[in-house]
Formats: sequence, C-alpha cells, structure tokens
Amino acid sequence: MPDPMRIRAQAAGDKTTVRVLMSHEMETGLRKDAAGKTIPAWFIQEVTAQLNGKPVFAAEWGPSVSKNPFLQFVVKGAKAGDKIAITWRDNKGETRTDEATVS
Amino acid sequence: MRTRLIAATAAAFAAVATLPLMAQQPKTAADGIAEYRKMLEDGNPAELFEAKGEELWKTARGPKNATLEACDLGLGPGVVKGAWVQLPRYFADTKKVQDLESRLLTCMQTLQGFDAAEIANTPFDRGEQASVTALAAWISSSSRGMKMALPQKHAEEKRFYELGKRAFFFRGGPMDFSCASCHGEDGKRIRMQDLPNLTKNPGDGVGFAAWPAYRVSSGEMWSMQRRLNDCFRQQRFPYPGFGSDVTVALAVYMGVNAKGAESIAPALKR
Repeated sequence: MPDPMRIRAQAAGDKTTVRVLMSHEMETGLRKDAAGKTIPAWFIQEVTAQLNGKPVFAAEWGPSVSKNPFLQFVVKGAKAGDKIAITWRDNKGETRTDEATVS
Repeated sequence: MRTRLIAATAAAFAAVATLPLMAQQPKTAADGIAEYRKMLEDGNPAELFEAKGEELWKTARGPKNATLEACDLGLGPGVVKGAWVQLPRYFADTKKVQDLESRLLTCMQTLQGFDAAEIANTPFDRGEQASVTALAAWISSSSRGMKMALPQKHAEEKRFYELGKRAFFFRGGPMDFSCASCHGEDGKRIRMQDLPNLTKNPGDGVGFAAWPAYRVSSGEMWSMQRRLNDCFRQQRFPYPGFGSDVTVALAVYMGVNAKGAESIAPALKR
C-alpha cells in the first residue's frame, strides 16, 4: 500500500491553490544498483484531480519527474469546504487517492 | 519650499537611475541557492517523513507490540514538543548522554522489544533504520521554530562537549582533515555551498539547527547521524558506529554552540 499524499488547498477569491506532495520512488529504469543490475522503472504515469467528484485536472507523467514529487495548480471556482481529490497511477498499475478540504 | 521640492525630485530621479544598475549586478551563487530553496520550500518532501514518523510513534509495533508513546526524550515520558532542541542530553536511566537517534534506539528496545544493536548495524534507509529517520523527522518537526537550548548542567554533558570539541579539531586521514578544516571559520565554501562556521552559533536555521533534512539531490531524508556519517566519509575517516559516543559528542559540541538558534528542522537541502 503506497504512502499517503499531503494535500493542501487554499482558496483566495475565486482561485484555489492546490499543493500536493506524493510519496513515490520515481525510478527511471536507467539506474543500476550496487550489483550492477538495472533497477526496473517505477514511476507515476497519470495524475488526476477532482473537485467535488468532477474532473478538473489531468496530467501524464514520465520518468523525468523527481522522487517524492510536488505538484501545484490553481483551480477556479472552488469554495471553502469543497473536496479536492487527487489520484495517481504508476506504471505497475498501483494507485492511490487522497482527499483534502478546501480552506 | 520650492528648492526642497526640487531636491526631493532629484533624489527620486537618482534612486530610479540606480535601480536598473543594481538589477544588472550578477547574482552570487548563494543568491541562486537561496532562490532555489525558496521555490522548493512549499513542497518539502520531509513532510511525508513527518507523517510517517508520527504514525510510527503511535502505532503498536515490535516483538512487545507497544507504541513509543511512553518514550522519554528528556522532557518526560511521551513529551515530544520541545524535546529536539534539548538533545543530546544526559539520561539517568541509561547513564549516558544520548542524541535523538540513540535515544530512540533505547526506547525501541525497552518499550517495543527491538534489538537496538541490530538496528544500529542496519544500513541507512533500510528496515528499522528508516523508521528511526522518519521518527527523527517528526520529533524534530514538533520543535520547529523553537530555539536550541541543550542542557549543560550534568558533568557528563560537559564532558561530552569537551570530547566533541576535541573530535571537531582532530585532524587525520589521508587528507589531514578535521571538521574544523571546513567548518572552523566564516565564509568558506565547498563547491557552491556556503559552509557554516560550527565553532560558534552560525545563526537561525543553519548548521545544527537545520538537521534532520531532506536532500533533494538524492531524494533522501537524513538525520544528524547520517549527516555526520557523511562528514566522516568526506574526511576519508572510517565510518563511525551509529549512535556512537563520538557522534553524540560532536552533536553536543555543535548543539551547545548553536544555543539560541532557531530550529527549522526538518529542513530542505539541495
């Protein structure tokens, strides 16, 4: 089971800034371990965000994104109390969804 | 009145004229790094480790299936807030000066039934070593913004300070290095990084007051023990034992010198 994300969503006027920290190894598949064996690629491929269940953001990621990635984006029209849900799926098919309340 | 107005306008003009000149001045390496840190500040992945550490503290684990909530970090059993800025300190139950990591090993052994020696011999980031690092991240975060205030009342604490000072100035290895070779005066650098002068208080959130920290370049969370381990490596010294007296003594020396510095741990490093 992957570790939880840290999500913060702060409204200012009609714009809400969402900050997400994801816990992921993000292996490129190009590195070798101490024994010289290639470490298999393992990275997040798909990130989506939903505001009260409605999709507002989708991204396709690759192996060039850093370990434990940080994502920030702005959503229009969210109000305090609204729910922001973030989902990622990696190349192994593993997925994690976390939710935060807009403040 | 009129002349004064003219004078004021002239002064304003002068100010405007110098502005573009100042903007053209080249950025120093330190400015660039400060800017980079500022940009990353909002998303310090150390937060992920803090969350993990808090959960580890409150979860019943180990052969005795117990939590660490009864662990005494120096301010009484279970008191976490403020504990970090007063470590290392003398503990009467173990009759030793201990830093956070070695104290955690004691608690994990006595409360949870883990084998402390086995954890100490585990490489960083593996198994229970990773737990110790996460716990250190959370415990230090509970003292964020507080000022370093290591106790120096007990005779052992004073002895460890002197021991740490000796270790800090001890030169050796193929490069004849001591900690003081790099960290003994102001304004020194390694590559582009400014090196704090650790023989005095280097300021808020610098040096001892900035660890544990998340290192962006390696994507790893480092406790002070790991930081010191790497200092020994850079000096081409043999690796010190995890939680060994010399590492604790060095922490006492740096921590006491940093008295009054604001802790920003867990910090973010390049």
